[in-house]
This record gives sequence, structure tokens and C-alpha cells, in this order.
Amino acid sequence: MSTIQPIAGENEQHPDVALVDRVRGGDVSAYDTLVRKYDRQVFRIAQHITQNREDAEDVTQDAFLKAYEKLDQFQGNSKFYTWLVRIAVNESLMRLRKRRTSKMVSIDEDVETEEGSVPRDLADWSPDPEQNYSQTELAEILRRTVQGLPHGFRVVFVLRDVEGLSTEETAEALGLSVPAVKSRLLRARLQLRERLSRYFRRKKSPADGVEK
Amino acid sequence: MTCTEFLALLDDVIDDTVTAAVRSEVEQHMHKCGHCEVVFNTTRKTIEIYRSHEIYELPPDLRERLHTAIMARCKKGC
Ligand SMILES: [Zn+2]
Repeated sequence: MSTIQPIAGENEQHPDVALVDRVRGGDVSAYDTLVRKYDRQVFRIAQHITQNREDAEDVTQDAFLKAYEKLDQFQGNSKFYTWLVRIAVNESLMRLRKRRTSKMVSIDEDVETEEGSVPRDLADWSPDPEQNYSQTELAEILRRTVQGLPHGFRVVFVLRDVEGLSTEETAEALGLSVPAVKSRLLRARLQLRERLSRYFRRKKSPADGVEK
Repeated sequence: MTCTEFLALLDDVIDDTVTAAVRSEVEQHMHKCGHCEVVFNTTRKTIEIYRSHEIYELPPDLRERLHTAIMARCKKGC
């Protein structure tokens, strides 16, 4: 007679499962709900990968259409959202390949770099470093910094830390192993930290010596 | 605990997937090692900043446009 229920017990269905079932049964309005639920996330992921607004728009549209077409292939053993993210990532990579015809693009690109494996900038940050910049400046700093990450690190960071997928879901969405996701995530976090230090480090007073 | 060992545990500590015993070892190391303390705090802050600032917003008009286009195609059976 306990009144405390687990948030999602083993037998409890994710709400998306019912929506997916309704769509499969021919209820298009249920798909409307799914699109509204995840369109912002899909758009953000597409922007992060393609780094191009038009491409991100196209990817958002294509990913939802493709998911709709392939819905009967969706197995209930993964979350609809994870499955959708995988489609969005693949569509984004295809866009990138079209733009950069001379260069193959994969999520394995550039991950051999040693940069960021050891922290170098050990200066502490200001207590509220964001306060030193306007919202526009801050957004620009954050965009530029994350864009500078190697592609294979950026996508892991975005899914795991920005969009809040678990390590396992990120691995599933990207077709990577869990250890690969973990090692890329650490490197991504450390590289971002390193690069943001330039903007956010505590400013020394002139008496402390040289400070640019 | 060495700084290298600390770094190997950094993500797990940030994501809070370590045992209380490991966490306390890590905390002891940070207490003695200012560098690792800075790395821990600034890495955590890095994640927090990215989580709390939306850098690619989907504007409402674009959202509606995409939505209409998607649903129109779905209703036709794509
Ligand atoms: Zn240390």
C-alpha cells in the first residue's frame, strides 16, 4: 500500500509508446504531438552538426518525415526520442557531406587529436563569469567555442550534456560504443573548459603582474 | 590519488555515478590539489553554462512553418 511510485517502473510505458501506436493505427494527429514535443531538440542537434541554419531547417523537416515513413521499423526496445535523434544525426551528416563534397564527414573525424586530454589552463574563473558579458556576447562565445570542437567530440557533448541523453542513449544514437562515448565526452568537456577559460578566467588586479 | 587518477574519475564525479567512498577520495584530493579543484569546478561550470543557455533557438514562425510542412506531407502519406 505504498503511495510512493517509481517515476518510470519497469512495466510503465513511456508516453511516446502510446503516441507511436496511435500514429501506426492511422491517427496522424498523434504525430503532430510528437513533432511538437521534439522539434526544438532536433533543430538544435542539426544546427550543432551542420552549423548552418538552412541545413538545420531542412534536416528537421527531413528527419521527421523519415521517422514517419519508417515508423513501422521502430522497435519498442529503444525510446522514440533516441531513435529520432539517430535519424536526425544521420540526416545532418548527409547534409554536411553534400556541402563539403571534397571531404568525407563522419563522427570519427578529427578525434585523434591530443588537444584537451590534459588540462593546461589552470586559472580559476570569476564567480559568475557569464555576468561579464551581455546575452548576445555570451551566446556568441558559446557558439564559437563549441563549433571549434572536433566534430566527433561536439556531437557527443551536445547529445549527452546539452540534450540530456544518457551515455547509453548517446552511444545508441551515434552507433558508438559506450567507452567511446565516455572518452569523447571527457575530451569534449575538457577542451570546452580550456577554451572558455580565455573568456571566463578571474581577472587579476594590475598589482598581480602581467595580465592581458 | 594522483592528478591522473583524478582526471580519469572527473566525468563520473561530475555525473554523480561514483560511490560515496570514491567521491570522498576525490574530495580529499581536491582539498590538497588546487589545480584539480579548479579543473573540477570549471568543467562543471562549463556544462552548466551550456545547459542553461539556448544558443540555437527555433524561432516561433520558423517552427510553425516547419510544422505545417511536415504535417502536410505526412497527411498525404509522405
Ligand atoms: Zn590533482
